[in-house]
Amino acid sequence: MIRPPLPRWLAVPAVMAAVFLAVPLLAMLVRVPWDRLPALLAAPASMDALWLSLRTCTLSALLALALGLPLALLLSRARGRWATVVRTLATMPMVLPPVVAGLALLVALGRRSPLGAWLEASGIGLAFTTAAVVVAQTFVAMPYLVVSVEGALRSARDDFEVAAATLGAGPTTILRRVSLPLVAPAIASGTALAFARALGEFGATLTFAGSLQGTTRTLPLEIYLQRELDTDTAIALSVVLMALAALLVAATARWGRGAQAWA
Amino acid sequence: MTARLAAALAGVALLAGCASGSPGPELVVFAAASLNQAFTQLGAQFEAAHPGARVRFSFEGSTTLVDQLSAGAAADVLATADESSMDRASSAGLVSGTARAFASNTLTLIVPAGNPAHVTGLDSSLDDALLVVCAESVPCGAATKRLAATLGVTLRPASEESKVTDVRTKVESGQADAGIVYVTDARAAQGVDAIAIAGAERVRNVYLIGVPATAGQPALGAEFIELVGSSSGRAVLDAAGFGSG
Repeated sequence: MIRPPLPRWLAVPAVMAAVFLAVPLLAMLVRVPWDRLPALLAAPASMDALWLSLRTCTLSALLALALGLPLALLLSRARGRWATVVRTLATMPMVLPPVVAGLALLVALGRRSPLGAWLEASGIGLAFTTAAVVVAQTFVAMPYLVVSVEGALRSARDDFEVAAATLGAGPTTILRRVSLPLVAPAIASGTALAFARALGEFGATLTFAGSLQGTTRTLPLEIYLQRELDTDTAIALSVVLMALAALLVAATARWGRGAQAWA
Repeated sequence: MTARLAAALAGVALLAGCASGSPGPELVVFAAASLNQAFTQLGAQFEAAHPGARVRFSFEGSTTLVDQLSAGAAADVLATADESSMDRASSAGLVSGTARAFASNTLTLIVPAGNPAHVTGLDSSLDDALLVVCAESVPCGAATKRLAATLGVTLRPASEESKVTDVRTKVESGQADAGIVYVTDARAAQGVDAIAIAGAERVRNVYLIGVPATAGQPALGAEFIELVGSSSGRAVLDAAGFGSG
């Protein structure tokens, strides 16, 4: 049966929404100094920032996956008040202003905190290190993975798992052969989202990790700094960031559609 | 439903009224972030001397303020923390007349209270300390670089911040063992000790003030500049740690 059409007047606000979202992004493309783009991006500060961002975001996305996936699995089966508390805490960094996330990390892991002091005494002080960047990025990115995977697990069918158990499969085998393959698209898109969020991370990094070329100054921090000095470089770097983000978002949408086909 | 909609519309109308319906003239002052406390005090003095007038401030980095003016922002006073920002505004025709110097600032070291890393100055005591400075591309960082060059020292910072207040907060929170900031920031900081840098007076940042070409209240803007230059303005600037212009 053919779905009945939507009312035609919807097109007016819909077009307005699309234009509103697209115009600033397209305006940026118009302002890009295309002829000088390779030179601007080849500058050592730009290359350092880009390379640092790619390295830290890869680590953060992997950490988010390694720790967030088990959390999503447990949460998807958990019920009751404590599950709600943990779920709320696990999603908080998504809605916190980044500066607040940075302050929270500073209070928890800064050199004055008991945990931070202990880390420093053990010779693994985080202050102004690349590790601090990864911590800040993972803190804000992991919730995206947890939320998308938990949602997929909750809406996934459980009859395959029941069948596997009836056939004598143990919990680890069921997890590996049945449960995880069922939500593979959501795991992939959740990891891509976490990577994208880590890529855009700014406030928590600035507050918690600092800003030094090659060590803690990621792409967004370099853009923020260049904006003071050389708008062209800031725009060139912004375009790279936008292109990376667009790729990730497109990949997420693709894998997301894959998830629908599975369910 | 209709009642709720009407209430919502009334709320919007009320908000709109608040935004536009101030009784007297409004003076918009764009000032460098380091002027925050001094200018806020002077703003209160100005309002007391001009009943009905209201002073609104935007405290940002000098380069950001000039960027905003060149993008069409309207302001009645522009006060920058360095000469190059004001030069940029003047040569772009964003300032009417000539800007005048009204204050100056020098750099100092700050350390968390008690000086945990035993920093003694811009010397070898910084070798094992986490030092935070401003990035070269912002005025305080340019001044830091000039000072280090003048004194013949090489700095190895753990972080180069985009704003002097970010340097300050990193020392205040104890994340950094030492930071290089303006004397006025050291005066305003909490829980830090200042360690004077020998020879700091050799690099002075001069603050300039002028009336933007886009000013809606140029006469009022000129009066505010008079106040800043007056003896009571001088007293407020002195108390904040600023040197003469």
